[in-house]
Amino acid sequence: MNTANKKQNGRNLSALMRLTSRWSWIVVVVLFTLAVLVERTALGETWLRVFLGKSALNFALRAAVPLTLGALSGVICERSGIINIGIEGMMLAGAFGAFVVKVKTGALPLPISLFLATMTALLVGGVMAYLHALLSIRYKVNQIISGTVIITLATGLTTYFFNPDWISKGKFGDIAIPLLSKIPVLGEVLFSNGLITYMMLILVVALQVLLFHSQWGLRTRAIGEHPRAADTMGINVNRMRYYNTIIGGMLAGLGGAFLVLEAVGQFKEGMTAGRGFISLAAMIFGNWTPVGAFGAALLFGYSQALQNELLLAGVTSVPRHFISMLPYVVTIVAVTGFVGRTRPPAAEGQVYESE
Amino acid sequence: MDTDVVLEVRNITKQFPGVLANDHVSFQLHRGEILALLGENGAGKTTLMNIIYGLYHQDDGEVFIQGESFRALSPRDAITRGVGMVHQHFQLVEPMTVTENIILGSEVMRNKVFLDIDRARLQVDDFSRRYGLEVNPDAVIEDLPVGIQQRVEIIKALYRQAQILILDEPTAVLTPQEIEDLFRVMRHLVEQGHSIIFITHKLKEVLAVAHRIVVMRNGRVVGEALPASSTQGSLASMMVGREVILKVPKGPANPGAVVLDVQNLHVCDERGQTAVKGVTFQVRAGEILGVAGVQGNGQTELVEAVTGLRPLEEGRMILAEKDVSKAPPRRFTEQGSGHIPENRHRYGMVEPYPVSENLVLNCYYTTPFARGWVRDYAAIDAYATHLIELFDVRTPSIATPAGNLSGGNQQKMVVARELGRKIALLVAAQPTRGLDVGSIEFIHGQIVKQRDAGVAVLLVSSELDEIMALADRIIVMYKGEIIGEVDAATATREQLGLLMAGVRPEQAESA
Repeated sequence: MNTANKKQNGRNLSALMRLTSRWSWIVVVVLFTLAVLVERTALGETWLRVFLGKSALNFALRAAVPLTLGALSGVICERSGIINIGIEGMMLAGAFGAFVVKVKTGALPLPISLFLATMTALLVGGVMAYLHALLSIRYKVNQIISGTVIITLATGLTTYFFNPDWISKGKFGDIAIPLLSKIPVLGEVLFSNGLITYMMLILVVALQVLLFHSQWGLRTRAIGEHPRAADTMGINVNRMRYYNTIIGGMLAGLGGAFLVLEAVGQFKEGMTAGRGFISLAAMIFGNWTPVGAFGAALLFGYSQALQNELLLAGVTSVPRHFISMLPYVVTIVAVTGFVGRTRPPAAEGQVYESE
Repeated sequence: MDTDVVLEVRNITKQFPGVLANDHVSFQLHRGEILALLGENGAGKTTLMNIIYGLYHQDDGEVFIQGESFRALSPRDAITRGVGMVHQHFQLVEPMTVTENIILGSEVMRNKVFLDIDRARLQVDDFSRRYGLEVNPDAVIEDLPVGIQQRVEIIKALYRQAQILILDEPTAVLTPQEIEDLFRVMRHLVEQGHSIIFITHKLKEVLAVAHRIVVMRNGRVVGEALPASSTQGSLASMMVGREVILKVPKGPANPGAVVLDVQNLHVCDERGQTAVKGVTFQVRAGEILGVAGVQGNGQTELVEAVTGLRPLEEGRMILAEKDVSKAPPRRFTEQGSGHIPENRHRYGMVEPYPVSENLVLNCYYTTPFARGWVRDYAAIDAYATHLIELFDVRTPSIATPAGNLSGGNQQKMVVARELGRKIALLVAAQPTRGLDVGSIEFIHGQIVKQRDAGVAVLLVSSELDEIMALADRIIVMYKGEIIGEVDAATATREQLGLLMAGVRPEQAESA
């Protein structure tokens, strides 16, 4: 009965995916056309500017960067069977690590300092993830608890060591890609960004391809669904889970680096502000696929952009509190509406022991 | 050493907490041989195979593969030495395709990073053709029937150049026709020089396909036999260690009034799909109605509906002259219905509760076990003590958590609870699944005893032998419908097998 049930879910899901992917293409094309019109014609004088103006789209993409990186982190961990609710903590720790190194290397040329800071964010995220993997694999701690430990630890350490007097100077600037950035609207939104944003875009595509067409991807999916099957075929389940969790942590750390080195330029206590959790929602909404997670992160990013634009436009017919709720409402609706229909990896959260 | 020996185990010993699973086990497997490893559940067969395959490590003893000795194998070593295993619970990743499952761990690569799925697909196709194991390489595992999933498992082993195949209880989930098909494949494989260890507890199958039989009991090899000079009876006694009555002694049925009347029943499964489609039948006092069918054809939902656990979409159920179509489970119990559930761990007991409390789960709120809000534990304990004696439940004490009992005793406990009071209807779903011969004998005896006492029995089982041994009338379910009804006295395995595979009687005749 259980198998049959899952089977049906799978079918519903693939049908749903086909449908949503067709619809999402239509929606993308319509939105793109509208955006061009808003930019180039008198339509730009109307309320459509709030929804589809370049600033809204730019904001959406920027807001989506840490969410996507966090969601990719979740995808890599959870596809291998390790629940990662510690993304928030890994991101925060990564952000802090990047900030400290950025401040301490402030005397070096900016590109070198930024490079070192980014590497530190990856390292710190990876170390936090290693701790999570160690707790959940070696010590068989409940993975939700272990993830919570990571968050608490990151919040505590960053607050304790943070010195408000530290000032970081300079951040990743926008790099316009020749030719591509000249495409109306799309080019201006997509191809005139900071380095980490580009890295995120490349990672989405690369991880999608790797997950479904590489040896690593096949094995990762197998150990997240049915670790015993993989083990009987001679795959070292727990070792792969360590690797994946650490890679996932590095992605979350990169998300933190984005916040400090590309978006804000400084560190603030608790600056991730729940992005790690929204990443989790994006991962679920995106059905544990990199491209799906990116789509979901864009939606959540866009709802933040919309909130921002509506407030800037001085909309008064709706109390501002309701406008401020928008991103959260979208998240809740998306996740509750789809959560029963997406399918998590079957062995998620289960300790695997070969004997 | 004999060069013909491809695998030998010598003095394998494996201790698990509380059980000696393998006690100095030794045997040899020859090239081109089907060796049956016969034994009851818990005899240590699976443990032994997991040691050979490297999933467990023995405490003592040696495994020789192609004459080479190993003390601690890993699955990877076993695979590279040509050992392949088809596990009782398939080791297949359900949302992935046949090809992906087959190449997992021995991937066909385009370069260092990417898979070459196209080439892999061709290889899989090639293998399935060469060994007569037809399968679509692009099908997703969870969409395939179990018979085909098993083929995928076999191809998986052959794909890794397995010379020695271990099949762990391969027939448990198959229809009689699928079993025949599997035997055909097995014979074909040994003709090509492969060797097979066939693990089972089914005597008929051993006699049908094995070249040689090794019998295990309580972790020890108790004997070896050749099919030509064995009978089911002789093998059963060797396996159990005493004389076993294989045939359930039962006289002719004496059906009385209708106890359960089911009319046009429609039931949905978990995902909201109709699993039972317009089923109508009656069960009379003093008869056993057997429901046969391959697992997953609506039997589970049917049982849940007639015990009140699952709402009806349509139809009516009359239990002891009361309409219970919309009644909650407790009303079924109070109307005199007993239920031996399919999944005893999940629906039959509360594992951490003591045996005594488990024994009153269906009546704890009635006198004498309850006085208002308070349980009378003296009464409960007295009743429990009485029941475990009556039903021969072997437990250290009535305070032992039910989860600590052996499978057979857990099931006896469930049976004791359900049959310990006067009932009019007994719904028994897979009542002997996973039990040892002794417990099966006991439970079968109890079911027949209930029938003779005038209880209406609805017996659902995917074990054809069980249905044929116990039932007075047999209905066969296929895709949620009753595809046919046969008189148990005249039914044959072939006839039932065809019905289970969905061939209607009229089709069978015209073909």
